[in-house]
Amino acid sequence: MLNARETVMKWVFFVSALASILAIALICLFLFVNGVPAMAEIGVFSFLLGKNWMPSGGIYGILPMIMGSIYVTAGALAVGVPIGILCAVYLACFCPKHIYRFLRPMVELLAGIPSVIYGFFGIVVVVPLVRDIFKVQGLTMLTASLLLGVMILPTIITVGESAIRAVPGPYFEGALALGASKERGVFFVLVPAAKSGIMAGVVLGIGRAIGETMAVIMVAGNQPRMPAGILKGVRTMTANIVMEMGYAADLHRGALIATGVVLFVFILLINLLVSLLRTREKP
Amino acid sequence: MKKKMRMAAFFLSIKSYLRNPVSLVLFLLVRLAALITAFVFISLVGYMLIRGVPHLSLDLFAPAYNTTNLSLLPALVNTVVMACFSLLVAAPLGIFAAIYLVEYARRGNRAVGVIRAAAETLSGVPSIVYGLFGMLFFVLSLGWGVSILAGAFTLAIMILPLILRTTEEALKSVPDMYREGSFGLGAGKLRTIFRIVLPAAVPGILSGIILAIGRVVSETAALIYTAGTVAKVPSTPMGSGRTLALHMYALSNEGLYMDKAYATAVVLLILVLGINTLSGFIAKRISKGTVAADG
Repeated sequence: MLNARETVMKWVFFVSALASILAIALICLFLFVNGVPAMAEIGVFSFLLGKNWMPSGGIYGILPMIMGSIYVTAGALAVGVPIGILCAVYLACFCPKHIYRFLRPMVELLAGIPSVIYGFFGIVVVVPLVRDIFKVQGLTMLTASLLLGVMILPTIITVGESAIRAVPGPYFEGALALGASKERGVFFVLVPAAKSGIMAGVVLGIGRAIGETMAVIMVAGNQPRMPAGILKGVRTMTANIVMEMGYAADLHRGALIATGVVLFVFILLINLLVSLLRTREKP
Repeated sequence: MKKKMRMAAFFLSIKSYLRNPVSLVLFLLVRLAALITAFVFISLVGYMLIRGVPHLSLDLFAPAYNTTNLSLLPALVNTVVMACFSLLVAAPLGIFAAIYLVEYARRGNRAVGVIRAAAETLSGVPSIVYGLFGMLFFVLSLGWGVSILAGAFTLAIMILPLILRTTEEALKSVPDMYREGSFGLGAGKLRTIFRIVLPAAVPGILSGIILAIGRVVSETAALIYTAGTVAKVPSTPMGSGRTLALHMYALSNEGLYMDKAYATAVVLLILVLGINTLSGFIAKRISKGTVAADG
């Protein structure tokens, strides 16, 4: 009797553990089954490489959105990566304890702030700022990149900090013993040694930036045309889905789900890259 | 005397920096980056508080939503309901899965690698993809319609990897001595898990669950097409209702009532910051607890 209970519960635990696999399988299945036929009907090349998105005219090309996502993400990296890595270095190596007590929780809380709040902050602060400085209509690629750059900061900082802390102490001590200043020791010994961990953080940040939806929609302008410059509006893949899903039907709807499929494939590739970097981190 | 020594050390370090311009530049850059990060956080939270707090009013918490009071109470109730439902699904699954991974799976078990990979992939999936999936699966295929229930299940999948990972870590941090002691006294595996290991891991699990609640509260993209945007509390879980974050999105999208939007933002922000602080607080307490147990 007791033994039976043990066995039953063991199977319950095992089945629960399979839930994640089931979930990811279902997500793949439903996205592909609903998205791929539409992609095939439009034609894979004219869908992925088409420069025009005109659902009313039956033209579905998502290259503008793919480029939009890539450009906005690149912009976010240009903002977030230098600040993020330097801040990670500060937290791991230079931060006095009494500052660490405040700065570290701030970074963690920054990660928890909802994207709608970031978006709202973007609308009421960043958009007017960009408008006044550059004398353009403020919903631009630059605005979205600035905002996303801030949003990926926590990811890059936390992952980077733990990567730097994981480097064995003698590396740094050796550098100091050879006469390096503290900064030299940190930047030319510790940081290179933590390289793949830091890169994993950056790639995770890319994943966050490319998948971010609400904050981008609120500040990017969302015009479905090829990105024309950092002071012009762009539409990302995520924005494309949310903007039009509410009223889309038939092939239009299929095309939007197919946009989700493309986004999903991007994310899968990024995940793969992260796990490769992670395995390289542990020799 | 001490002060003088510190001054001397300070001047010495300045001198060495002047001889070493690269180090000086790096020294400054690193501090600048930290300053920018702190500045961003403080300005974001500070700005919201300064603009929002004066507009907080009782109106905002009126029992029903209409276009004059723009009450956030229904959305708040929906958020609580949403969090409860999604936890009801995700917490047992996540905790049981973690128990399997930590307590049962043998080293080198191939299923474990696949499960970990699946959970890691899930945690990287953007919320809009969850939203699409939830719409296709729960709303349409299962025929639940745009409803709180469909939203809750979508979010349950989204927070599953988070609960799984935090529980796994909490279970791993329980010293093996506990298990050995329990086995030594004649307890079976199941009893050991439920009576000894789980109670010791409660703070860690709790901090993960609270973090998951924080994610539910701040989620928007996954809910637009699964739970919908109706601004009232539905009479059954099969009805549509917007959560606080969606309410916030709707308000700022309409752009008509900025004062109310600021006030709503403050409520949402304080809620999320409070939840995350609580989670961090509990997590810190356990790390102290384990140190004490080890010593």
